[in-house]
Amino acid sequence: MSVSVQGLCRRFGNAAALRDIDLEVRSGEFVALLGPSGSGKTTLLRILAGLEAADAGRVLIEGQDMADVPVRSRRIGFVFQHYALFRHMSVFENIAFGLRIRPRATRPPRAEIARRVTALLERVQIPELAARRPDQISGGQRQRAALARALAIEPRLLLLDEPFGALDAEVRKGLRRWLRDLHRDMGLTSIFVTHDQDEAMELADRVAVMRGGAIVQYDTPEELVEHPADAFVAGFLGEAVRLEAQWDGTALRFDPLPLAPLPASALRQAPRAPGPALAFIRPRDWQVLPVAEAGNATLRARRPTGHGVRLELELGPLIVEAELPGSPLRPGDACLLRPGAARAFATG
Amino acid sequence: MAAASTRLTALRARGAIPGFGASLGVTLLWLGLIVLVPLAALAVRPWELGVQGVLRSLAEPRVLAALRLSFLASLAAAAVNLPIGLLLAWVLVRDRFPGRRLLDGAIDLPFALPTAVAGLALTALYAPEGWLGAPLGALGLKVAYTPLGVGIAMLFVGLPFVVRSVEPVLRDLPREAEEAAATLGANRLQTLLRVVLPALMPALLAGFAMAFARGLGEYGSVIFIAGNMPMVSEIAPLLITIRLEQYDYAGAAAVGLAMLLLAFMILLLLNWLQRWGRAK
Repeated sequence: MSVSVQGLCRRFGNAAALRDIDLEVRSGEFVALLGPSGSGKTTLLRILAGLEAADAGRVLIEGQDMADVPVRSRRIGFVFQHYALFRHMSVFENIAFGLRIRPRATRPPRAEIARRVTALLERVQIPELAARRPDQISGGQRQRAALARALAIEPRLLLLDEPFGALDAEVRKGLRRWLRDLHRDMGLTSIFVTHDQDEAMELADRVAVMRGGAIVQYDTPEELVEHPADAFVAGFLGEAVRLEAQWDGTALRFDPLPLAPLPASALRQAPRAPGPALAFIRPRDWQVLPVAEAGNATLRARRPTGHGVRLELELGPLIVEAELPGSPLRPGDACLLRPGAARAFATG
Repeated sequence: MAAASTRLTALRARGAIPGFGASLGVTLLWLGLIVLVPLAALAVRPWELGVQGVLRSLAEPRVLAALRLSFLASLAAAAVNLPIGLLLAWVLVRDRFPGRRLLDGAIDLPFALPTAVAGLALTALYAPEGWLGAPLGALGLKVAYTPLGVGIAMLFVGLPFVVRSVEPVLRDLPREAEEAAATLGANRLQTLLRVVLPALMPALLAGFAMAFARGLGEYGSVIFIAGNMPMVSEIAPLLITIRLEQYDYAGAAAVGLAMLLLAFMILLLLNWLQRWGRAK
């Protein structure tokens, strides 16, 4: 189901939680709302579900204005960050809830409900937990149960608030892949909120990067990484050190840091105008050369990464991380640190 | 014996509190001294009259009327306190309004007030010429010196039990559960009946049980407003006092024993309901 958000605004007291949000989601798309906490992403999700009202703007689902459609009539599946399972019901009853409460005319017969719930339990791979209570199962299992409960109403749209936020890293990884497959297999349209850029990049067809209640950039993961719209997006995506620099149209200078200037040809992205700039340099973009005498940096520590070595270097007042295929340097050694590539944005 | 000791060992292995044996011993000793010994004395005392005597003493119409009034009034008062206490707890937890803290504090007053003071206040209020008694009297409703008055006094002392037992559970109940119900298509009534109330049920039952127990045992605040007419508005605890004053210790203990057994049965039933609700 396609979703269209137009000029959405929302204030909490004096603070603007959302300002003039536009967002188009195509049918079948998997979209991530990515941003730091307080960026308004959860508020946007809750407005889509109808759990929160907007002060201005419209939400259209399949072209239909949602303004006067109450939450219960929207048929939008919502998976809460802490699952919000009904504690006094078994997993089975939790999933059956959305079907059991339907008015008699549209309620499936008991046997049909049981059949559908069983199918969903199998779909989310927890058929053995049907009789358990939510407090008797693990976090990852609760996540699956909550998802099955949301899917039971055959939602037009699936919304997930920080779906993996409360899980540990190991469980996260497995569930991510599983959720992506589920989304594809069931032909869902889904929007999820996350503050974890890896999660957004791995799962989403398109990512809306949010800051301060606005969408800064809305693009595919590839585009976001290759052509970040501004310094915020560049800084938020991928691990990069940010350095203040000056751009004169031909080279990027890092004074007063003892770094060699970077010519325009080495820049992945050059500032729009000459003047002060913010440069982002990723660990893999550094060159670290052993030197016989005084260099500009000192090696503090090193650790293997599996496909190379990660160096922790002291550059003047800064700590910089560089990733290399290999290095003969030992902690305490002086070296010459040089940027090989960078992305820079005008800040003037 | 062997089985029991295995069970104790299992408990010990699981327990978080250190010194399981010592703490169990202290608990049982304390419970024995404070609760069980006096109750046992109460259970033993009436049989001085012989089985026949006890039965005869309980079968007096005045005793039966008093027991009936005590149990029915305290059950009714607890039943009325249940929805009202729930509503009060709901407002205290969910709503923010000026004076909330004041109201919050006022709810505990029946806990703290000497019951005689409460009884005098209620009597003054509901007496035929009192602030509430006069208008109610005009409507043909007599409160003071009737069984209704007994119920009112029990309402007063029982209310905080319901509020205070529901409140923490309600506060702990995530609003998200209600929102989840809405996204699944539930209307407000369905959400209340299927999501909120079942989650509160154990606390409601506990509150009901405590309010009932307090109402049953209440003496001070009831006797002033009740008027204590035998067969009409005389409660069982008062009857016990009257028998004591007549040096009929065994007779008093007989009524006490009857109350004890009945109350125990009702509380056991409520307890069982609670367990059953949880296991379902």
